[in-house]
Amino acid sequence: MIYNIPFIAVAALILIGLYAVVFKRNLIKIVIGITLIECGVNLFLITLGYREGGIAPIFTNLPSGTSATMALPVPQALTLTSIVIGVAVLALMLALVVHIYRHYNTLDAREVRRLKE
Amino acid sequence: MTEMSKVVRTITSLSFPFILIYGLYVIAHGHLTPGGGFQGGAIVASALAMIIVAFGSKWVLDRIKEKNISLLESVGAICFILLAFFGLTYADPVFFKNFVVDNPYLFGQVVTDNAANINTAGVIPLMNFAVGLKVIAGLFVIVLVLAYASTAMEGKK
Amino acid sequence: MSIESIMGDLLVHAPAMIIAIPLLGAFLTPIISRINGTLRNVFVISIMGLTSLFVGVLANDIFTSRVIKTYVFGGSQELTSPVVRILLEIDALSMFMAMIVLIVAFVAVIYSWGFMKEYTGLDKYYTLVLLMTAGMFGMVLTGDLFNFFVFLEITSIASCALIAFWTTKGESIEAAFKYIVISAIGALFVLFAIAILYGQYNALNIATLASVMKYTFLDKVALVLLVGALAMKAGIVPMHMWLPDSYGRAPASVTLILVGATQASLYGVFRVCFTLYGKSLSLTNNILGLEDGFPLALGTSLGILVVLLAIVTMLVGVFMALKQSDFKRLIGFAAVAEIGYMMLGLGVALLSIEPTGLSGSGLMALKGGIFHIFNDALDIGLMFLVAGAVYWATKERSLDKLGGLARNMKYTSIFFVIGLFAVAGMPPFNGFASKLLIYESVFQISPILSIVAILSSIMLLAVFVKVFHSVFLGPAIPKFKNVKEAPISLLVAMIIISVLIVFIGIFPEMFLNNIVGPATDALVNYSGYIDAVVLGGM
Repeated sequence: MIYNIPFIAVAALILIGLYAVVFKRNLIKIVIGITLIECGVNLFLITLGYREGGIAPIFTNLPSGTSATMALPVPQALTLTSIVIGVAVLALMLALVVHIYRHYNTLDAREVRRLKE
Repeated sequence: MTEMSKVVRTITSLSFPFILIYGLYVIAHGHLTPGGGFQGGAIVASALAMIIVAFGSKWVLDRIKEKNISLLESVGAICFILLAFFGLTYADPVFFKNFVVDNPYLFGQVVTDNAANINTAGVIPLMNFAVGLKVIAGLFVIVLVLAYASTAMEGKK
Repeated sequence: MSIESIMGDLLVHAPAMIIAIPLLGAFLTPIISRINGTLRNVFVISIMGLTSLFVGVLANDIFTSRVIKTYVFGGSQELTSPVVRILLEIDALSMFMAMIVLIVAFVAVIYSWGFMKEYTGLDKYYTLVLLMTAGMFGMVLTGDLFNFFVFLEITSIASCALIAFWTTKGESIEAAFKYIVISAIGALFVLFAIAILYGQYNALNIATLASVMKYTFLDKVALVLLVGALAMKAGIVPMHMWLPDSYGRAPASVTLILVGATQASLYGVFRVCFTLYGKSLSLTNNILGLEDGFPLALGTSLGILVVLLAIVTMLVGVFMALKQSDFKRLIGFAAVAEIGYMMLGLGVALLSIEPTGLSGSGLMALKGGIFHIFNDALDIGLMFLVAGAVYWATKERSLDKLGGLARNMKYTSIFFVIGLFAVAGMPPFNGFASKLLIYESVFQISPILSIVAILSSIMLLAVFVKVFHSVFLGPAIPKFKNVKEAPISLLVAMIIISVLIVFIGIFPEMFLNNIVGPATDALVNYSGYIDAVVLGGM
């Protein structure tokens, strides 16, 4: 049961993030919701690499007497790439929010609506 | 944003070189310990963001022009892609080839007994430096422009 | 060094060069732009010319010999038994999409020489255009799922920054924010599905995954997430809200490249449905896991869903286009309707899956759908270029205020007429060939669908004739008495696309047999795709 806790955390993070994106009106809260979804997916990627009793996948100065299983290093590389992409998307979204505030003078998503129909 | 008190500014200037050294260590040892280009670059960029917060974005912009830092970012990116292209000029050409292996001077030894030898892993540390330079410049420009934009908007009201 | 050995060297490294040269150009552009502006424009066009050389060499080889090429990054070119390196896998469908991306990007760069001349910040514009082109080439040429995700994100970030290029108006920024929110969530769901597949099979290569796919419940979840998120990026109807806003508020050359990015996401849907899940398409699945559940094959249930979405897309696109008064937004809704045609071809092909492959009419529908991708990029692209030229001349985008422009802009109105007939599917233009294939093959599956498709084509013709009348014909408005004709680079771009439209319209057989035929065969032939990478076959 204790090995399922990361997956429950992933589901909780993604659901809370989706709730924030769909139901909140403040633009900054929508941005935070997208970041929460991204954190959930990254946690899911990292959890896939766990092997029971595994140690960190580094060959330097292996402590003697430990088991030979190592956690998988490939999901760690995938998660790193995803974090970098998340940083770029977050910077872009915040720059757009700053511009929107300069034009419309409000951060409410229902007022920012010159593009109708 | 305006600058902070004298205590904050003094502590920032004292701790800035240490964070810088730590970040460069993480970049340089990326092929041995956890770390590499992006992680070390983010550490150095957070030190630079500390400078912006403590001293104010106007103070930083008086001394550094943003387009010079953009030039550094382009240099880092060009170094990365040129390192990938150099793999094409060797005997068995393939893109992204690790062409520095078996070269006794520069990162060329093959791992045999001690895996912690820094002289190993070929073209990967060079690519780490290029990516680290790009990340430092890129994140610094992002934080600087966002800080300056919010100052300008506050000033206009 | 003889010509054959140089061509041989070019051919071996062409797949990597197609992605790497726009990337190198994108990184060099800010430095070159500090020297001179005209030098930067010439540099960008020469980068695109160099890329088209490589695309031409590779396309010539793949379409004549019909083998599947692989290119392994960073190691020897032999394939190991579990594939550990990232590799590009290029078959005829990838080459077909690469040709579309190349034509769209080249024409957009030529068009933006004249269109963007009076705006500042052009070095960032050209950097982002080249970065987006490199991302689109990476999406269609790769053979690795996580690599596809990375290039998908590169393309969507670069295109969002380009949509928001006119920062002095509020509407562009709002459209870009809508686009990045929807695009980021879609890409994160694609990553979630890739993580599910990796956790089960410990492989990221498309061919390896296709050969060991066992179609468990988690695979079904991954299929739904992948098709749903990629269809969201391609503009299928319940999730199409970003498309008219983004196409309508971006500069016209950016809209042209965005059409290419939308088609590349549609290529992702095709690749997932036919190659990644190719073996499971004819398996029957028990929905809800009941003992006597509905015995529908996966192909049939997916096909019914896709056909329903396609019909709704066509109808919504056409009916919303009727009531628009903004020129480019109207063409955006017409683009949504055209995507419905491609999805109709895909859905009908999925419906006719049998364990031995597709039936005859299903294969013809798939051919029509894939041919329509090419034609639609050209036709809708030409309409957007004309709308951009009208905006350049008059700085006005509302149909109520425009009028009588055919007196001053003769060539632009001729190009609009060509685009009008091509979009509506009239002979002798290229829209007729692909739409006729779709009508004929869909009629054999179910006549109602064919009638709906023909009706929406007629409505599109009505919409565009109304636009032509209100923009180009009619009495002269005094405010527009002195508008100039569009500059030379805009006209050259429009001429290139019109020549292609007329050429494909007059000789559709040559295009179908040599290019679309191999592409469709390569799409359906998933075992050939797997054999090219996995040693020892399935």
